[in-house]
Amino acid sequence: MTTADLAAAAPTDRAEHHYELLRQMLRIRRFEERCVQLYSATKIRGFLHLYIGEEAVAAGAMAALTPADAIVSTYREHGHALARGIAMHSVMAEMYGKATGCSRGRGGSMHLFDAATRFYGGNAIVGGGLPLAVGLALADQMADRPVVTACFFGDGAVAEGEFHECLNLAALWHLPVLFCCENNLYAMGTRIDRAHAVTNLAARAAAYGLSAVDVDGMDVLAVETQTRAAAEFVRAGHGPYFLEFRTYRYRAHSMYDPDRYREKAEIAQWQQHDPIDALVRRMRGDAELDDDALARLDAEIAAEIDAAVQAAEEAPLEPIEDLTRFVYAESRSHDG
Amino acid sequence: MAGVKTDSGTITYREAVAEGIAREMRRDPTVICLGEDIGPAGGVFKTTAGLFEEFGPQRIWDTPISEQAIVGAAMGAAMTGIRPVAEIMFSDFLACCWDYLANEIPKVRYMTGGQVTVPLVIRTANGGGLGFGAQHSQAVENWALAIPGLKIVAPSTPADVIGLMASAIRSDDPVVFFEHKGLFASKGPRPPEGHHVELGRAAVVREGTDVTLLALASTVHTALAAADRLAEDGISAEVVDLRCLIPMDLTTVLASVAKTSRLVTVEENPYQAGWGATVVSVVVDEGFHLLDAPVRRVASANVPLPFADALENEVMPTADKVVAAVRSVANF
Ligand SMILES: Cc1ncc(C[n+]2csc(CCOP(=O)(O)OP(=O)(O)O)c2C)c(N)n1
Ligand SMILES: [Mg+2]
Repeated sequence: MTTADLAAAAPTDRAEHHYELLRQMLRIRRFEERCVQLYSATKIRGFLHLYIGEEAVAAGAMAALTPADAIVSTYREHGHALARGIAMHSVMAEMYGKATGCSRGRGGSMHLFDAATRFYGGNAIVGGGLPLAVGLALADQMADRPVVTACFFGDGAVAEGEFHECLNLAALWHLPVLFCCENNLYAMGTRIDRAHAVTNLAARAAAYGLSAVDVDGMDVLAVETQTRAAAEFVRAGHGPYFLEFRTYRYRAHSMYDPDRYREKAEIAQWQQHDPIDALVRRMRGDAELDDDALARLDAEIAAEIDAAVQAAEEAPLEPIEDLTRFVYAESRSHDG
Repeated sequence: MAGVKTDSGTITYREAVAEGIAREMRRDPTVICLGEDIGPAGGVFKTTAGLFEEFGPQRIWDTPISEQAIVGAAMGAAMTGIRPVAEIMFSDFLACCWDYLANEIPKVRYMTGGQVTVPLVIRTANGGGLGFGAQHSQAVENWALAIPGLKIVAPSTPADVIGLMASAIRSDDPVVFFEHKGLFASKGPRPPEGHHVELGRAAVVREGTDVTLLALASTVHTALAAADRLAEDGISAEVVDLRCLIPMDLTTVLASVAKTSRLVTVEENPYQAGWGATVVSVVVDEGFHLLDAPVRRVASANVPLPFADALENEVMPTADKVVAAVRSVANF
C-alpha cells in the first residue's frame, strides 16, 4: 500500500495498518525487555545492545519495504530482524546460542542473519555493513532488479572512512541503496557533538550528491512515509537516498555500559515522545484502538515471547562435531 | 587527588593498564593517549579510568570511531617526538586500520633510511572466552607477527602490564600491546614505582624438568593449571611466559628445552600461522639435537570464533588439551 493509497484508504484499513505498526513496535520492546531478564539470569551471554526507544525506525522503515528488498544492519539489530519478519523463536534461539537460531548459534545477538528474508546480517564492526550494502545494490542494478538495499547504521559510523567511501561510490554509480542512519545522539558514551564537527548528518550525505533528509524517528508514521518516498525514488533508478532518523536509545549502550555520560532528565525528556505511547494516543483519539484491543495485543505478544523462550530453552545445542562446519563451502566448487 | 588510584598492595590487570600509562605520563610530558571513549568514560574495559581526571583533555584525547585516523595521527605525532599511546578498543578492529599497521608505521623508519622513529604504542583488548562472538573475540597477536617493524607485547600479570607498558612507551619503535580481556579482573602484587620489564625477556614462571610449556598472556595461566595437574602424575613441567613476540626471547626458550627436551606451545591465536609455528621452526632449526620428542602445539581451532559457549570452549586452548598434548609426548 503506498502512502497515497493509505491516505485514501477506508478507515478500517488505516486502523488495521496502524495496529500492525503498533504490534511490531510492541513486539520489539517486549522481546528486548525479556532479553534483559534473560541476561540477568545468564541465559543470554556476551553482548546485548538494546533498541528500546528506537522501535519506530525499524517498524516504520520495514513497513515501507518489500520482501524483495535487502536489509543490512548492525549489532543493535533485534528490532530490524523482528520487524523484517525473521521468526521470533529463531531470533531468541540465536540469543541463546542454540542450533535452531537463525545463525545456528554461531553468530549470537550481534550476528542475526536470514538469507530467506534478505536480511544480510547484524554486523559487529561499526560501519562494516555499508560496503556490503553497496555490493548488494550493485548486483541488483546489474540484474536490472527493481530492488532497494536498506542499510542501517548509527551516527557513530559516520566517522568511519567506510561511510565516506560508500556514499561516494553509491552516488557515483547511482546505486539503489537506501542509507538509513539511526542518529540516537550517542556512540557509546560519546555524544554526537564530541565526535562530529558537523552534526547535521543529512547535510553531510548531501555533500556527496545524495538526496538526503532528516526524519522524526520517534514518529512511526513519519518514518514509514519518508522511507516509502525514499524507497520509491531509489527503486525508480534515481540513485541512493539518505535518511537521517532522529531517535534515542533509552537504555545503556550495552549491558556493560554504566551509562554515566548523560542526565537522567534527558532520557525522561525523550521518553515523553515515546513512539509507542504516541501511536497508542493517536489511535485512541481516532477511535482505532480501545482497551480491549490493546489488552488482546499485549497478551498475544506475551504469548509469542513465552513460546520463543520456551522453544529456545528446549532447543538443542549445535553438536561439537560440527565445529568446523561452514568455515568453507560444502558443495564442490569449480576448483574442487 | 582524583586520578589513577595508587593505594593498596594489590592491583588488578585492568587497573595496571591505567597505572602503567599514568606512571609514564607523570615522568614524560610527551606521552599522550588517544582512543574511543578513553576519556571521562575511562574506556569500555575501564583500562583508562582516572587518566582524564589526572591529565586532562590536552593529553587524553577522546576520538570519534575512526580507527585509521587514530593510529595514523599517532604515527604523525610520534614522528615529531610525541609518544602516543593509541587505543584500538578490540584487537579485531586492528583490521580496520591495518593499512597503518602494515604499510605505514612499521616501514617509515626503514624506508627513509632511519631519518625518523615512530615511538608509539597501540594498545588493544585481545582474546576470547567471553561469548563476544566472531568479531570481538579473536586472539590476533599472530597478525602483528607477520609484519617486520612492529614490536609485540602481551603481558600475563598486572606487574608485567606495568613493567612492559613502561618499556613499550619508552621504546623508540612502534609496539602493539595486547591486553587480554579474560585477564582484566585478575589480581597481583602492585610493583614498586620505577618497575620496568625489558622487552624481549621471557620469564620462567614455574621451573620443571620434563617438558617446557611455552605460553603467552592468558595461556600462561592455562599452562600453569596444566602443570599442576601434570605434577599429580609425576610430570614436572616448566612454564615459560614469552611476554613478547618481537623481540622474541629464543635464548630462554632454547635453554629451557635444553633442560626438558620436550616442548609444547600454548597459544590462543589460531593454529594456522600461530606464533608457536615461528618458535618451533627456530627450535627445530637451532635445537633439534635438544629434543627427545616431537613438538606439540596447542592453539585455537582454525575457525572464526563461534558465539555458542560449547563451541567457543571447544575452539580455545584449555588445560585439558595441554595435559593431553604433554601426555602424548611424555613417554616418547
Ligand atoms: C570498527 C569498530 N570500532 C569500534 C567499535 C566499538 N563500538 C561498538 S558500538 C560503538 C558505538 C557506535 O555508535 P553508533 O554508530 O552511533 O551506533 P549506536 O550504538 O548508537 O546504535 C562502538 C564505538 C566497533 N564495534 N567497531
Ligand atoms: Mg548512535
